[in-house]
Amino acid sequence: MNIHEYQAKEIFRKYNVPVPNGGVAFSVDEALKVAEALDAKIYVVKAQIHAGGRGKAGGVKIAKSMDEVRSYADDILGATLVTHQTGPEGKTVARLLIEEGIDIARELYMGIVLDRQSGRFVFMVSTEGGMEIEKVAEETPEKIVKEWIEPGIGLQGFQARKLAFALGLEGVQVNQGLKFMFALWDAFNASDASLVEINPLVVTGSGDVMALDAKMNFDDNALFRHSDILEFRDLSEEEPSEVEASKYNLNYIKLDGNVGCMVNGAGLAMGTMDIIKLYGGEPANFLDVGGVANPDTVANGFRIIMSDENVKAVLINIFGGIVRCDRIAQGIVQALTAVQVDVPVVVRLAGTNAKEGAQILAESKMDFIVATSLAEAAEKVTAAIKE
Amino acid sequence: MILINDDTKLVVQGITGGEGSFHTAQMIEYGTRVVAGVTPGKGGQTTEQGVPVFNTVQEAKDKTGVNTSVIFVPPPFAADAIMEAVDAGLDLVICITEGIPTADMVKVHDFMSGKHTRLVGPNCPGVISPGSGKVGIMPGFIHEKGTVGVISRSGTLTYEAVHQLSSRGIGQSTCIGIGGDPIIGSNFIDLLTLFNEDPGTDAVVMIGEIGGTAEEEAAAWAQDNFNKPIVAFIAGTTAPPGRRMGHAGAIISGGKGTAADKIAALKAAGIAVSESPAGIGELMEKVLKK
Repeated sequence: MNIHEYQAKEIFRKYNVPVPNGGVAFSVDEALKVAEALDAKIYVVKAQIHAGGRGKAGGVKIAKSMDEVRSYADDILGATLVTHQTGPEGKTVARLLIEEGIDIARELYMGIVLDRQSGRFVFMVSTEGGMEIEKVAEETPEKIVKEWIEPGIGLQGFQARKLAFALGLEGVQVNQGLKFMFALWDAFNASDASLVEINPLVVTGSGDVMALDAKMNFDDNALFRHSDILEFRDLSEEEPSEVEASKYNLNYIKLDGNVGCMVNGAGLAMGTMDIIKLYGGEPANFLDVGGVANPDTVANGFRIIMSDENVKAVLINIFGGIVRCDRIAQGIVQALTAVQVDVPVVVRLAGTNAKEGAQILAESKMDFIVATSLAEAAEKVTAAIKE
Repeated sequence: MILINDDTKLVVQGITGGEGSFHTAQMIEYGTRVVAGVTPGKGGQTTEQGVPVFNTVQEAKDKTGVNTSVIFVPPPFAADAIMEAVDAGLDLVICITEGIPTADMVKVHDFMSGKHTRLVGPNCPGVISPGSGKVGIMPGFIHEKGTVGVISRSGTLTYEAVHQLSSRGIGQSTCIGIGGDPIIGSNFIDLLTLFNEDPGTDAVVMIGEIGGTAEEEAAAWAQDNFNKPIVAFIAGTTAPPGRRMGHAGAIISGGKGTAADKIAALKAAGIAVSESPAGIGELMEKVLKK
C-alpha cells in the first residue's frame, strides 16, 4: 500500500525523524490557515499524489508571501499532474502539503528496502540526493553505500556511523545523522514498511539533518496488524474498478488493451495475458479469481471486466485443480444470466472435470466459444476481436 | 525423484483447519504417508482418516518419526509454524500458506541459517513426486511418473505446464512450486543442484515470472554447473512496471525484474526458452529428441 508524503511525515514525527513543520490542506482556505500557523518567511506548496516527479510537473512551488501561497494552492488543487510515474492520463491533485521553506546546504539520499537475494532489509545512502536513484544505481553504483540489517539485532552503531561518514556528515551532524537513522529504522521496522525513501535528505544551512521528502510503502500482507496505517489508504488514488474488485477479494489490475481475461492463479493469469499478446491481441486486464472461483466470484469478475468500455472480448482460462471445472462452468452460466455481457466469450477449462464442464457450457445454449487448449483459446479470442 | 520419495513421513501442521483437513484427505488418497498432524491444543485427537493429532511438532516427531512437514497454518501464525518445524529438526518443510508478512519471513530466513532443514515456499502449491507421493495442493491426476523435473514460482501455471508434458507422454520425476513471495526457502539454484545429482531426472522445466533476479542468477549458475537440458518460460512479458501481479514477489521495480531481462539471461546461458506458455511441453519434447 502507498501513502502520501504528508502521511509518511506524520509517521516520521511519531518516531522523531526530523521533518519540516507543515500540514495537509484540502482547500485554498486550509492552505492559508496552515501557512499562517507556520510563522515562516518562505513556504512550500506541494501537490500530494501517489507518484514521484511532482516537482518537474509543476506540483511543487516556493511561495514568498501569503498571496503566493493562495495563488499556488489555487493553481495546483484540482490540476492534473503528468509525471513519469503517473502514466499519460496523469493524476488530479486533491490534497496539498504546506510546509515552511528550508535553507538547503546539501541534498542527500537515504532509503531502506528489502534485498531479496540476502533475505534482509538493506539501508542505503548516497551523496547524490535529488536525482533519480535508479539512475545513480545504474550509472555510478559506487555512489550508493549499503548496510544490511541483521534481523533481531537491527541497525547497529557501527553501521550507522559508516553510512553517516559515507554521506560526508561532519561535526555535530554525525550524531544528528545517527539519531536520524535509528529513528528511521524504528519507524520502518515498527510499521512493517516495505520501502522508505527520503530524496532529498538535506543538511540545512544551520547544519541540521532533515527529511525534506518522505516516501513509504507498506507490506499488504502485514496490514492486518497496523489498523492505524490502513487508515492512511486514499481510495481516490486507486483505479475505481480495482477498488471494487478488492471488495470481493479479486486481484484485478486494469490495463490498456481490449481482451478481458479471467483466470485462476497469478502466474497463469500473467501467462494468459502474454499469450493474448503473442496472438496479436492486447490484454485489457489482469484478473486472478483465486482458488475458490464460485458463481459469485465469476459474476463479480464479469462485472468488473465489463466495466471497462474498451473490452471487446473475454477469455476465461481456468485450470481446475481443487476447483472443479463443472462447478466453474455452472458459475459461468449463472453469472451470464445475471450480468449482461454483449461481447464474445471464449471459455477454456482444463484439469479436474474439464469434460463435464464443457458439457454444461454446451447444454446452456448460451453463445460461448469453447476452446480446449491455451493456444486455441488465445487464437479464438483474438480472432473474435478482429471480426 | 527429489525431496519427496517412499521414505517421506509427513506431519500436517494445521491439520484440523478447513484447508488442512481437506488436503490431508487428498494427500492420503494419492498415497502419501501422512502419519501425524499438529494443532496446538488439540493433541490427543484423531482425524477422520485416523491420523493422530499432537500439540507440538517435536512431540509428533518423537512419537511417529516424521521427517517432512506441510504447513496450512493461517498467515499471522505461519512463520512461527515454520520455525517450530525447523527447531524440531525435520529434513523438509513445505509451507503452502499465502500472505505471510515479509518481515516475518526475514526472521525465518535468519533463523534457518546454519540449520539443516530445507524450506519450500511459502505461498506455493507444494511438491509432488508422481507415483510416490504428493505434499501440497496440486491435482495429482494430471501428473505422470517420468524423468522430467519441474521447478516453478507459480501454481496453476505449473499445472498447465505439467498438463502439456503429461499429454505428450512426458512424465515427471518431481515437480516443485517454490512460491510467489519475495523471500522463499529453496530457490531455483538449490533445486537444480538436487536435480543435477538425481539419476531419475533427465531434463528440467523452469517456470519463472517477473520480479527479483532469481532467474538471472539461476541462468548464470546453470551455464557453469548444470549438465542436463533446461526448458524455461517466464510469465509477465505484458505486465506493467510498479504493479504487484497477484504474487507478492511479482513486481517490476526500479526497472529491475522484467521478463525481457530474464529471457535474455536464460538464452545467453544456452537455455531453451518458450515464448508462449502453451509451448512448454512441445519445446521439451523437441529438446528430449535431440
